[in-house]
Amino acid sequence: MPGDDRIPMSPDVAGPDLKPGSLSEAALQEAVRDAVAAFAAAADLAALAAVRPAHLGDRAPLLLARRELGSLPGPERAEAGKRVNAARQRVQHAFDARRAELAAERDARVLAEESVDVTLPVDRAPRGARHPLTQISERIADVFVGMGWEVAEGPEVESSWLNFDALNFAKDHPARTMQDTFYLGDSETSGLVLRTHTSPVQIRSLLERDLPVYVVCPGRTFRTDALDATHTPVFHQVEGLAIDKGLTMAHLKGTLDAFARAMFGTESKIRLRPSYFPFTEPSAEPDVWFPQKKGGAGWVEWGGCGMVHPNVLRACGIDPDVYSGFAFGMGLERTLMFRNGIPDMHDMVEGDVRFSRAFGV
Amino acid sequence: MRVPQSWLAELLGELPGVDDVAEAFVRVGFEVEDVHRAPEITGPLVVGRVREIEELSGLKKPIRWCRVQVGPEQVNGIICGARNFAVDDLVVVALPGCVLPGGFEISARKTYGHVSDGMICSATELGIGNDHAGIVVLPPGTGEPGDEARPLLGIDPADPDAVVELDVNPDSGYCFSVRGLARELAASLDREYVDPAGWYYVADGDGEAWTVRLDDPGCARFCARRVDGVDLAAPSPWWMQRRLLAAGMRPISLVVDVTNYVMIELGQPLHAYDAARVSGPIVVRKAAAGEKLTTLDDVVRTLDPDDLLITDDSGPIGLAGVMGGATTEIAGPGAGGTVDVLLEAAHFLPAVVARTARRHKLPSEASKRFERVVDPELPPIALERAVQLLVQHGGGRDTGTRTDVGAAPARRPITMALDLPDRVAGVEYPSGATTHRLRQVGCDIDLLLGADGAGSVQVLPPSWRPDLTQPADLVEEVLRLEGYDAIPSVLPSAPPGRGLTEGQRRRRAVSLALAEAGYVEVLPFPFVGPSTWDAFGLPENDARRRTVPVLNPLDADRAGVTTTLLPGLLEMLARNRSRGSVDLALYHVGQVTLPHAQPVPMPDPGVHDRPTDAEYAQIKAALPAQPLHVAAVLAGNREPSGWWGSGRQASWEDAVAAARLVGRAAGVELRVTKAELAPWHPGRCAALRVGDWVVGHAGELHPKVVEALELPARTCAMELNLDGIPLTELRPAPQVSPYPPISVDVALVAGADVPAAELADALADGAGELVEDVRLFDVYSGEQIGEGRRSLAYTLRFRAADRTLTSEEANSARDAAVAVAADRYGVTLR
Repeated sequence: MPGDDRIPMSPDVAGPDLKPGSLSEAALQEAVRDAVAAFAAAADLAALAAVRPAHLGDRAPLLLARRELGSLPGPERAEAGKRVNAARQRVQHAFDARRAELAAERDARVLAEESVDVTLPVDRAPRGARHPLTQISERIADVFVGMGWEVAEGPEVESSWLNFDALNFAKDHPARTMQDTFYLGDSETSGLVLRTHTSPVQIRSLLERDLPVYVVCPGRTFRTDALDATHTPVFHQVEGLAIDKGLTMAHLKGTLDAFARAMFGTESKIRLRPSYFPFTEPSAEPDVWFPQKKGGAGWVEWGGCGMVHPNVLRACGIDPDVYSGFAFGMGLERTLMFRNGIPDMHDMVEGDVRFSRAFGV
Repeated sequence: MRVPQSWLAELLGELPGVDDVAEAFVRVGFEVEDVHRAPEITGPLVVGRVREIEELSGLKKPIRWCRVQVGPEQVNGIICGARNFAVDDLVVVALPGCVLPGGFEISARKTYGHVSDGMICSATELGIGNDHAGIVVLPPGTGEPGDEARPLLGIDPADPDAVVELDVNPDSGYCFSVRGLARELAASLDREYVDPAGWYYVADGDGEAWTVRLDDPGCARFCARRVDGVDLAAPSPWWMQRRLLAAGMRPISLVVDVTNYVMIELGQPLHAYDAARVSGPIVVRKAAAGEKLTTLDDVVRTLDPDDLLITDDSGPIGLAGVMGGATTEIAGPGAGGTVDVLLEAAHFLPAVVARTARRHKLPSEASKRFERVVDPELPPIALERAVQLLVQHGGGRDTGTRTDVGAAPARRPITMALDLPDRVAGVEYPSGATTHRLRQVGCDIDLLLGADGAGSVQVLPPSWRPDLTQPADLVEEVLRLEGYDAIPSVLPSAPPGRGLTEGQRRRRAVSLALAEAGYVEVLPFPFVGPSTWDAFGLPENDARRRTVPVLNPLDADRAGVTTTLLPGLLEMLARNRSRGSVDLALYHVGQVTLPHAQPVPMPDPGVHDRPTDAEYAQIKAALPAQPLHVAAVLAGNREPSGWWGSGRQASWEDAVAAARLVGRAAGVELRVTKAELAPWHPGRCAALRVGDWVVGHAGELHPKVVEALELPARTCAMELNLDGIPLTELRPAPQVSPYPPISVDVALVAGADVPAAELADALADGAGELVEDVRLFDVYSGEQIGEGRRSLAYTLRFRAADRTLTSEEANSARDAAVAVAADRYGVTLR
């Protein structure tokens, strides 16, 4: 509490002169009346402290009256003693009550004086943010880490053997042209590309890790698409790969169902449509049931998936008669666009701080 | 691939509605790009016969004033801008009151000085095709003036046709035909299917149609037929034209239309030569260097030795599987007379055609099909069909001669365990499902029973499915035709994982620390060009100028993969500034690409088995180094001004602080030393070190760089190589002393060029074990100190692990500290 409840000690000043017959009922009543009036007249704690000695000090009338008790005969003395004590108690009560009253007044005043405009702006620290693509990428990684998977990563400048050949893209197969590739180095034969998908990380995982392998691979990928409302030459993917004994397409569906529920709520689920990718057989495109879809719940196309092609396993030295597995991949920009209602790809690549700040850290 | 529903129905019988047809295609793996429904046209739309044409002169463009008979007794005057019709031609006329697709209402109106009483329509205006070249001319006999035109156009509301537009997968070349699509639709709907390729009987040839020699394995088979005396003026029948229009092609002439029609019907690209213009035997061979060919599109193409050619005695007459040559082209419909047609149907290897089409940037309807493999059994069948159509509609004479050189590649059987589809899907399919589905695909099947009682199937894939080469391919056929909906959802249990790696957790920690400190993450593209390095003021030999080149950049000025994150960050800083954000702090965590000094050869280990460890190591060694960097840039106020007072401009110290914050998040205290490095201000650049190892720089940018890149004044930046900071997985616990510290202040006068951090290091080194912290609390320079000198005041905090220190101990440690500082930098106590 602000202020100080203690009463400053004043010198013990003399009270009114003791009148004869001061132990009389009338005299005691008068002393009490005087005290109560004096306390009530004190406007603040300091004034109250100033009048206290006159009524409760050593030389206050009631204290002086008590001294006289000894001069009274026994029976009278007991009687008068009771009267003096009662009067003294009443004065003390009056004082305490007034002091509490004045302390409360003073506290209220101090608090009122200390009040500020709490609506003044207080943001002196600049507001940072992480890009929503980073956030969703970590969120996805966490979902799979929670299922016991691990997160694998690889370089963006990649060998075309890892980006294509090992993934069952034959050298002149039209599938290679499905992914418009940035070729690097001094000629197309340099064997260097900007990875067109994060799938080379799957090959690296199969070459470097012990089986079984359950990895999720988030990362930045590149295709020669001009930037427009729905395309960007630099984008992000997350892929998953599971290779184990006895894995089936039902496991693929189960994994994607769990993934969908984690990302889009418990009502969400997956359906598969047949499709074609060089590195999976059978191949499928998942549609995800998105309850918050604009215009009403519905299916949204959500990447590609399938059972890992035996040729891919062979290129990694894995016997496809013993091991099987599945893989899936999604574009993170596209996922964010429909999940968060982002209308235009430009928002995600231009780096406007107003965009990222909306997503916090 | 666009296919009219009516064409599919011709092969399969009555079909469900077009939406159900589209859905059936989706179920077996097609992407439906669009469904083009029959356009709605109301009001009078009739067949008309052109009676008179008057060319109007003196106008900006040619305009015709036509008298068109639109009923038994009715002739209307109509203005028309097209020129591809003549007197007596049958045309489609929208009469006043007719409303064409898009709400385009026809009314009689005065134009070019005449009242035009209707409109002669093009395929586009009628909504039945994309042909803008002219109006629809119906072949003679298609109808009489005044006849209702809708049934002819396939837009009869009572019997509407629709076109389904499908995306065909790269492994499904056979689906670039009505034949293939009908098979898929039949399987999806579980309907009977009769292969139209079986309708055309190939008899034994009555002599060779032409002498043909195959000199290159790129052509496996070459078939030819001859039809003589085809009437060049004969129009294609309307039903053929209409189907071509619906398929997205333009009717041109009977011969061209027939080759296109057969290609769409069966999938085999055909080429028609004017036999009189082909001289000598046809030889299929690779091009010689420098050879040239003028293709049908009248472009002279310089050939590559890898290009496969059709040649005759005159040289190249066609780019095999891609486009024919101009010299043997059949004359257009205006020529009149007759022509002897030599028809070619060949089987080219997909990769050969793919490379040629890409090399010459000439994707054609033919190359699109050959790249994805055409049924090698089709050439003679497709030729029979084409001959039949030319004889029937062009009055041609079938010579009965046939050439068939080379052979279709042999089909190779696949043996598969009968239950493999079940095991891959995780489904128990009904007995017989596997054989039923594989037969629908067109496979020949033998059931085998192994000694162990396990069943297997020996499958001979059909000639049009060369993509079926191993059991997994057959599994996909069974699964997709049985429907993916039959597959249940089962969550696999992965073995226990180890969580994120230390490096992954560190990357997150760094990103979070910067964001919490007020930096906004951006994700710039990694493409950069020399002009940026010039603006950065990098010397010619600076390693950062050496970028990995991009061969096909989107922007020729940015044809390198960047070696630093700063160019992208600074560009985004400028963009934000131009959009009115003034106080900016941006960061980016990403890979940079640092090429080797000398290119390291990239091995190609093949794909039949795991690469050897040496090959894999070589692949990784051939890749450029790609360390993970973190960088930040700042401009404007770091702390804003407000009702509390003025703000604080971002400065070099914020950049250094950001770098040290990253270091701390990464688990190390970065040491700061003075440095000089472009693009930083030479007097305001710090090197950040782990021990003595430089891991990055921070400070204010050089004013010239700021000017060149049009950045806000005093823009600051820092960049660190995160991978250069060692990971500290196990950090030793500190010994926390419970005894009180003693703090002693010292003020030292030093040369102005003595770095404060190094002086602090010297004090710490000299103070010995007892010193806990050395903290600079004041910097002062002025007259009292003297020119070229400054006073640095430090608080040294001492503490012992096992006792309360005495002030004597603290003072003697301080003296020792000052002694070392004096020794190293000649400082004196102030």
